[in-house]
Amino acid sequence: MTNQNGRFGIHGGQYIPETLMNAVIELEEAYEHYKNDPEFNRELTELFNEYAGRPSRLYYAEKMTKDLGGAKIYLKREDLNHTGAHKINNVLGQALLAKKMGKTRLIAETGAGQHGVATATAAALMGMECVVFMGEEDTKRQALNVYRMRLLGAEVIPVTTGTATLKDAVSEAMREWTSRIDDTHYCLGSVMGPHPFPTIVRDFQAVISKEIKEQMLEKEGRLLDAVIACVGGGSNAIGTFYNFIEDKEVQLIGCEAAGRGIDTFETAATVNTGRVGIFHGMKSYFCQDEYGQIAPVYSISAGLDYPGIGPEHAHLHDMGRASYVPVTDDEAVEAFEYLAKTEGIIPAIESAHAVAYAKKLAPTMDKDKIIVITISGRGDKDCAAIARYRGEDIHE
Amino acid sequence: MSKIREAFQKGKAFIPFITCGDPDLDTTKEAVKAMVANGADLVELGIPFSDPTAEGPVIQGANLRALQGGVTTDKVFDMVRDLRKEVTVPMVFMTYANVVFSYGAERFISTCQEIGIDGLILPDLPFEEKEEFQPLCTRYGVDLISLIAPTSENRIAMIAKEAEGFIYLVSSLGVTGTRSEIKTDLASIVEVIRENTDVPCAIGFGISNPEQAGKMAAISDGAIVGSAIIKLLAKHGKEAPQYIGEFVKAMKAAME
Repeated sequence: MTNQNGRFGIHGGQYIPETLMNAVIELEEAYEHYKNDPEFNRELTELFNEYAGRPSRLYYAEKMTKDLGGAKIYLKREDLNHTGAHKINNVLGQALLAKKMGKTRLIAETGAGQHGVATATAAALMGMECVVFMGEEDTKRQALNVYRMRLLGAEVIPVTTGTATLKDAVSEAMREWTSRIDDTHYCLGSVMGPHPFPTIVRDFQAVISKEIKEQMLEKEGRLLDAVIACVGGGSNAIGTFYNFIEDKEVQLIGCEAAGRGIDTFETAATVNTGRVGIFHGMKSYFCQDEYGQIAPVYSISAGLDYPGIGPEHAHLHDMGRASYVPVTDDEAVEAFEYLAKTEGIIPAIESAHAVAYAKKLAPTMDKDKIIVITISGRGDKDCAAIARYRGEDIHE
Repeated sequence: MSKIREAFQKGKAFIPFITCGDPDLDTTKEAVKAMVANGADLVELGIPFSDPTAEGPVIQGANLRALQGGVTTDKVFDMVRDLRKEVTVPMVFMTYANVVFSYGAERFISTCQEIGIDGLILPDLPFEEKEEFQPLCTRYGVDLISLIAPTSENRIAMIAKEAEGFIYLVSSLGVTGTRSEIKTDLASIVEVIRENTDVPCAIGFGISNPEQAGKMAAISDGAIVGSAIIKLLAKHGKEAPQYIGEFVKAMKAAME
């Protein structure tokens, strides 16, 4: 779905400093070479299966289905992967690629910490050096993940510039990459940034929809009617959508973090409140003011607290192929608690945004319809923050 | 010949950079006048951006202070209109692609022509993406300045061949900011540039003292200095223009 310079419709591209151009060209050439290399794919499949625990389960949420009284609901359990989220899929792919390219050092940005933990994990496994940039605000919200990264041997650098959240961590990782390219691969965590990152990350995450399709045909003997995933940059969502894009009868639904509501300034719902711009290497939708200054965004979820969205999502939105709906903090927290009590599964607060929308959608659909919700990560990391949201004073 | 290229006719060009609105636009205006009075051949005006990914901490701080002070693109345009009553040397804007794109590229670039801005430097617009603004820049006679980096290697000829105004040669890897030493083999990069174009080439990133400026000017057509000037603003605030004037004078002298 890309053409020259990685365009998705009008979106995408390579809006980066000249200093990085040869690095992204080198990356693109390496990826083009290895993506069809049988040995690379054999190694990656082995890492996916033996190390990360793939394929992840497609679980029929029977109690939730009965409780909501509409469409049949399945959960794609990316939370059961090693390191507890879908992030490991992309990281194992990129780390293996970086190693083949002769790189010895991985740098990464992280919001909730899941991508940072995954990168630190892959670096430990493959004997690479690892530096993770994390907004100082997020290091406080996700202190446990900071400890996990350090335990895995990574250096965590708190970023104090700007809003001290995910976007600033991305900016700082990009700055670091311009200063050290030879031995360093920037392991970008989402389907964003300059080409070829949105394509590479999508391809490594597309295993999610590939498995859903196979598992669904096996369990139900047919395709599903809707897939739902949360969207920040959009990597678990594009992974969930990708193999269904050509199946027009399948609804693709991305859930954006609306924070305190899309009619407030405390939101991170990019498609619903942003407009087209150029930032972090790509043309896409961004939350910004009338002069193009990137807006400070807000969500209870550190992983969705980003003012942009991946360019392929922007294109799917423009074409009307996927829809992007806002979900507030309140709705997400309520869904977090609901899934825990109903199915005994504590989802990441990011994933809870998808659960929240499914709760609204399922009852409006007939009982012979099928919905799949991607549970992109596990919620252990969020328990203390949600308890505080509910007024309980607990700390990790 | 574009007005920017004329600035390089009188010898080595000294090009100071300033972030507009740090700490306020009146100070910027006075600083620009002081630069020009003391020998600046071309002035680079930064329009602040919330997330300047090519900048080091010093210029990041200037961007933040300017935005907190309420500076907008329209206010910068008004300041330039005012400055143009007195200042005749070429002036270029340095900002990020989204500031131009979001204002409406045609509206932005036609305004540049109207108020007397001669060129545009966008660090996040590499050769591969310049079609985004190049046709409009050509239509309105605004030079879109090309950047070449230490990592450009096989790309130098391609970029140089299509360059206009001047070429901004980035001295080192990384972001803007003062450096104690510049290690890149810039002379050989300049040689490749000169094999491919007669557009002048100025070196920037990391130049902070007269000795470095002299060295850079010796191997190229000019030197660009930003962070060292922003540091004077951070230190002296509204009193900075006087110190900036003295600094520009010393830098310019070292290049002659």
